[in-house]
Amino acid sequence: MKLKDVLSPLRVWERAAQKPWTIKDPLNDRPGADNYRGFHKNDFSKCIGCGTCEEICQNDAIDIVPVEGQETVDGDSGLRPRIDYGRCCWCALCVDVCPTSALTMSNDYTWISDNPEDYRFIPGADKTKWQDAETGYERSPDMQLINFDRVEMAEMHPGQRDKSFIEIVKGYNKEQAMKEAERCIECGLCIATCPAHMDIPAYIAAIRDDDIENAFRILYETNPMPEICGRICTHKCETACALHNNGDPLAIRWLKRYIADQIPAGKYQEILGTKHLEDTKLNKKIAIIGAGPAGISAAYYLAIMGYKTKIFEALPESGGMARYGIPEYRLPYDQIDKDVEYLKTLGVEIQYNTRIGQDISLEQLHKDYDAVFAATGLHLGRSTRITGSDHQRVYFATDLLREVTLGNEIDVAKNIVVIGGGNVAMDITRTLARLQNQKFGKVQILATCLEAEQEMPADLEEIVEAREEKAIIEPAWGPVDIEIKNGKISGLHVSKCLSVFNSEGRFSPEFDENQKKFFKADMIVESIGQGMDLSYLSEGIKSKLKFSPRGRIEVNEKFQSDLKWLFVGGDIIEGPDVIHGIANGYLAARGIDGFLTK
Amino acid sequence: MNKQSECKYSGYSADRAKYPEKKDGKPVIDLDSHKFTKIWQGPQHPGVTGNMSVEIIINGDEIIQAQTHVGYLHRAFEKLMERRKYIQCFPLVCRICVPEPDTNEYCVSAAMEDLAGIVVPEKAEWLRTLNLEMSRIASYLMWIGGQAGSLGMGAIGQWTVGMRDFWLDLFEEMTGGRVYHMYMIPGGVRKDLPDGFIEKARNLVIRTRKLLKDVENTFLSNAVVKSRLQGLGVITPAMVDEYGIVGPNARSCGKEYDIRINNPYVKYGELDVKMITSTVGDAYARAQLRYEDMHQSLDLISEILERIPKDGAIQAKLPNVLNWKIPAGQTYIKAESTRGEHGFYMVSDGSDKPRRVFARGASYTHAIAVLEKLAENISISDLAALMVSLHTCPPEIER
Repeated sequence: MKLKDVLSPLRVWERAAQKPWTIKDPLNDRPGADNYRGFHKNDFSKCIGCGTCEEICQNDAIDIVPVEGQETVDGDSGLRPRIDYGRCCWCALCVDVCPTSALTMSNDYTWISDNPEDYRFIPGADKTKWQDAETGYERSPDMQLINFDRVEMAEMHPGQRDKSFIEIVKGYNKEQAMKEAERCIECGLCIATCPAHMDIPAYIAAIRDDDIENAFRILYETNPMPEICGRICTHKCETACALHNNGDPLAIRWLKRYIADQIPAGKYQEILGTKHLEDTKLNKKIAIIGAGPAGISAAYYLAIMGYKTKIFEALPESGGMARYGIPEYRLPYDQIDKDVEYLKTLGVEIQYNTRIGQDISLEQLHKDYDAVFAATGLHLGRSTRITGSDHQRVYFATDLLREVTLGNEIDVAKNIVVIGGGNVAMDITRTLARLQNQKFGKVQILATCLEAEQEMPADLEEIVEAREEKAIIEPAWGPVDIEIKNGKISGLHVSKCLSVFNSEGRFSPEFDENQKKFFKADMIVESIGQGMDLSYLSEGIKSKLKFSPRGRIEVNEKFQSDLKWLFVGGDIIEGPDVIHGIANGYLAARGIDGFLTK
Repeated sequence: MNKQSECKYSGYSADRAKYPEKKDGKPVIDLDSHKFTKIWQGPQHPGVTGNMSVEIIINGDEIIQAQTHVGYLHRAFEKLMERRKYIQCFPLVCRICVPEPDTNEYCVSAAMEDLAGIVVPEKAEWLRTLNLEMSRIASYLMWIGGQAGSLGMGAIGQWTVGMRDFWLDLFEEMTGGRVYHMYMIPGGVRKDLPDGFIEKARNLVIRTRKLLKDVENTFLSNAVVKSRLQGLGVITPAMVDEYGIVGPNARSCGKEYDIRINNPYVKYGELDVKMITSTVGDAYARAQLRYEDMHQSLDLISEILERIPKDGAIQAKLPNVLNWKIPAGQTYIKAESTRGEHGFYMVSDGSDKPRRVFARGASYTHAIAVLEKLAENISISDLAALMVSLHTCPPEIER
């Protein structure tokens, strides 16, 4: 034993003279670290109730529940997470995975309550002692548990496409589709927003599992036009997508297209397991007016229910506005035919070139059929009614688009102005730009609209692509009059538009008369909205129907009018867009079934 | 360090070759003879290292036979992981060893990365190394407290556990949690270092070195400690492979095995980690070895703080973790914890959940087979010191 080993331990007493380490009042003197995973906070202005926190919680500590004062709207379920601190382990995975970064944690770390129920609370709604405490842990922007970047879609280069009507978007391949499908967090906000309530997470999950046939069956449960919808749907689902809050929304439309593109037309019946009408026993007949999305959708669901269904179409081909209002570079006609051909194999008849009201009266249809579904669409143009708009070189966009589809030649001018800022305006601008390019080798087309650029109703990609194709877009100008010299149009006078809607949200544009401009043109196209043609309704029928102040036929939730046998749907009731038409068709089919089997 | 033990453990003089009698190599213990007493140390006992117990048969105060009992802390982590998505496993595993959770986090994340083929960014690797070394210091500081406490020296434990809290403060700033850090997420780490962290860490390294000097003066250079620990629980080189002894316990009898050196992971390959060994193999040698390992850890932390890149990604791009499926395969990832080799064996079947996870903790061997063997013929009063000197951690036995 060394003497050192006996004496050395006595140095323990040195410590007696040192300042103690203990913090006397830790609650005040020792706040949690800036990054501390303390108690949960939820910013209701960001939270969308997607339930991803509930999904990731490995302790089942989070339930997503209704909260007073929170309403369900598109892109927000109105539900909010309730956290059970009897189960929570403060791992903060819920914070990391939150797609809107609404969930955070405070750096407060003490809480005492004698009521066990208190520990199950809704952060953001229930009053907590830390609601004003500093934020502790929040997701680092350098770290992601979900993927906010969309898989890029291959498109034709502007130089390749500016003369042709070949489809621009090339579609995903398998690898791209699976990678994009993996991004889905399955919150289901899209289902609630989609007019047809398609089970989007389910078909995206089927893509992930590479079970395309199942994905296709899921599509057809609520949408019999996947090829059309997969290309030109207004994709309200993507606007509602939870990922849209912090990055790119899921490419739901392109994924739908991917599914439909994988299935050859010949395999539809085998995969869907549907029967030809003659194999079914129901002995009721239904007439459908219009072979557009709403008519086709209603025909499909009526056919699989077993009804004998016949569609009457005024134009020579099916598709309605999807064919006659949308250019082929966005929706190739053979894709419409693919969906419609399958419908025909079920036994649905389509009689083309037959206009109800002219060739057959609606009363006759009523006599011959048990029920009628009218989905005649918005084929009429609307005029600005400014001076000069009655000139023969002033056209409606809908008329010109129809002529292009019908294959009729259009007398394209060298200098064209399009009035309108919606998707139809972009369609006609880009169509005419192609025709100008084919005819003159250069593009001189300008589109102008009342709305400022960021308020333009057209999709952003349409505006970008139109510019890529050398069209000029001049937003925030209101048309004043069309100048005509020697019987020919020389251009459009416009004045600056300051606002489109008044404080009550009504259409009431305000102009600055001092800011004026003149757009040179020798042809003008109006694309400021579409109107319906209800001339097939005779006075006798009209008198029995109710109309809304805007001239729409009033229908119940099953799209049944006051005449019990007449159902009305599609763009003339809701929309205008293809997915509302499809949703209306589905509901009307259920309504007709209810009406005929009661 | 090859210092020979100064005195041998001199507990008992009874000739155990004759008494108790042995049959088939095992002592014949007849409790009704009143020559033996069976008592339980634990599970509620200050002299056990956690939720376990040792059933001991004593003759006088000499232990004739010891048997470890576990089962008080079984939480079925391995089974729970089979029912959780991959990302949900990582907050679970830190609970496998409370004083040193980070090794678990590293192993389970690295196993997923290995199976999924994810490459962790440079900066994240440095942050992981820092985190692992900080956790080594925190674990050793706790151990000193236990070892001193097992010999009745309460004050030293108060100093070291107090110092450990300062390290936990650093963890709090770095990871957001003091005890369960949940920092090493698959693909990297969750946060970059906060402002001022490096300065605080450097200061704490200096403070800890000062504390270690005090520990040396009062604990290692202490006649009582030496007389109690020298010669206690001698591990011979022959036992190392027979029992599967790892870590400081194996190095203390000359086995050169430190995973940081033998199979470098994270950034250890780029750091100068020295193999610290001893040839004595008793409890005192292990204490000395751990003391030196702490100094090495402090050196490593200082070097890592210098070398962490300022910029760079902290996490590799993961797929959406809610739909994350890992291709079928199996892997074993090991790391050097303060107790020795700590490993995770993971099997994936191509689904979004692991098919099987096996956590291998060093304590399984040390607290059961080795402890039972070394406890024979020592004084009952030394059992706690022996147990702590093996640095056993019961939660690691029961995953």
